[in-house]
Amino acid sequence: MSTVAIYLLTGGLLFVIGLHGLIVRRSLLRKILALNIMDSGVFMVLLSLAARSDPPDPVPQAMVLTGIVVAVSATALALVLLVIAPSRYTDEHDPNA
Amino acid sequence: MDLSLHPHWAVWCIVVPLLASGLAVLVPRWGKTVGVVGALLTLLAVGGATLHLLAHGPQRIEIGGWGAPLGIQLQLTGPALMMLWMTALVSVPITLYACDYFVTRSQQLRFWPLWLLLWATMNMLYLSADLFNLYITLELISLVAVVLVALAGPKAIRAAIRYLLMNLLGSLCFLLAVALMYGAYGMLDIKMLAEQVEATPLTGLALALMSIGLLLKSALFPLHIWLPPAHAGAPAPVSAVLSALVVKASFYLMLLLWLTLYSSLVTHGLTTLIGVLGIGAILWGSVQALRAARLKQLVAYSTVAQLGYIGLAITLIDVAAWQPVLTFMIAHACAKGAMFLAAGNFQRAAGHDRMALISTALRALPVSVFAFALAGVSLIGLPPSGGFLAKWLLLSAALDSGRWLIALALVGSGLLTALYIFRVLERAMRPGANLQPVGRVSPLMEWSAFGLGLLAILLGFAGVGITQIVAEWPV
Repeated sequence: MSTVAIYLLTGGLLFVIGLHGLIVRRSLLRKILALNIMDSGVFMVLLSLAARSDPPDPVPQAMVLTGIVVAVSATALALVLLVIAPSRYTDEHDPNA
Repeated sequence: MDLSLHPHWAVWCIVVPLLASGLAVLVPRWGKTVGVVGALLTLLAVGGATLHLLAHGPQRIEIGGWGAPLGIQLQLTGPALMMLWMTALVSVPITLYACDYFVTRSQQLRFWPLWLLLWATMNMLYLSADLFNLYITLELISLVAVVLVALAGPKAIRAAIRYLLMNLLGSLCFLLAVALMYGAYGMLDIKMLAEQVEATPLTGLALALMSIGLLLKSALFPLHIWLPPAHAGAPAPVSAVLSALVVKASFYLMLLLWLTLYSSLVTHGLTTLIGVLGIGAILWGSVQALRAARLKQLVAYSTVAQLGYIGLAITLIDVAAWQPVLTFMIAHACAKGAMFLAAGNFQRAAGHDRMALISTALRALPVSVFAFALAGVSLIGLPPSGGFLAKWLLLSAALDSGRWLIALALVGSGLLTALYIFRVLERAMRPGANLQPVGRVSPLMEWSAFGLGLLAILLGFAGVGITQIVAEWPV
């Protein structure tokens, strides 16, 4: 198996792990972290696609850079909402969650 | 000077609200003025883009002179123009409404920049021509929409977080699909990709990921669970924007991708699946709307149901393509916008929106009740409204292609809609004590809701124009 294929599969695996966490975990903080893992998975797929050619393809790298900016903004927004949410809404044992 | 010759009207459709948004951040006390002037100028830019399209046909603009594959391109097509019009027509009354709706200073400070930014990002989505840019616009729309939901205060935060998580999941599925498409074909431009796409398993996986992501954002049953709390919990003008416009953006994108990129992969089975989900949405949404304990919940569940029609319309894209779906989206946007604005008025006057006690507020605001009724006529699909025209187009497409079941679902679901609309209107007729208003509803708030409701009816007469523009300049 080539190096690129290993990275591609790892990226896919990270995406699935994150998806699992997002669905299964009840705590909102864990859900946000799970989304970040999914982000990393997608970025890894993009970067391994870029590495297929020599020199590496710049377009996926530019996409990852932009993607990181988007992911950071989204995470920041999610964390702010988590902080200002009334505390009972972030409780892991919220009966309505 | 011939206005249709100005080459960059489409760009102004994005730049005007974006600049206005920036100005509203810099000079917060001008927020209202900037909002209203920005809205009118954006309407003007959409008008200019229309003149350009009518005179010169579809257009490609290379931003900064950089062409594909590295540069960012915008494209103005018939369907994109219709979406720009839908956004502008609904946004102007909502902007006027918001002038009087937000009473606290902190809400005003936050609302205007975010709202104008949301408008700019929606226009950007309709005009984008490459997959990655589309991902960016999708993500921007969700982030801004989430903050707007959170404006309603502590009660809405939880709905906002749920909304954010679901939308981020949808965007990520879309982004992974974009990565797969780039990996397979080495390009992102939709038009160039459409010529290259082959029915391989990898492309199929990308199609599946994109569709799931976009259906999640469009809240098609059973992926709708995040919608009712977010749309019912947001401030009234924001509810109107979310239900009327934001959910349509992802549906439009899905339709665009299915009709261009993946036209060779979209099988009968796949569209049938969406149709079945659509019927599920109509039934589930209508039943929940009939049971809702609060007025805004009722209107939000009605959105879930009405989005089911778009699902049904997708089963007909092989025979009817864009026209019925676009007509339906525009008609629903006007009607649902009017409904949420009217519901906001009742809520403001009564201090709550509980169905059991809402009738005093309904009696006190006849203009808003009329607006709600006009919107209801369009949602039910009675002539001569925009909703009637959309259903007529869908029905004739279904009958022409011999799909009786879809035709039956279209007719039957109108009755369900009528039931929950009359559940509200009936309360306006009940006798009872006079209302002691809790909050003030200004004439502007009443008449902007009425204007949108009237628009939903008048659209029934404008349908020919929509059909022609879309048919003449498809993607």
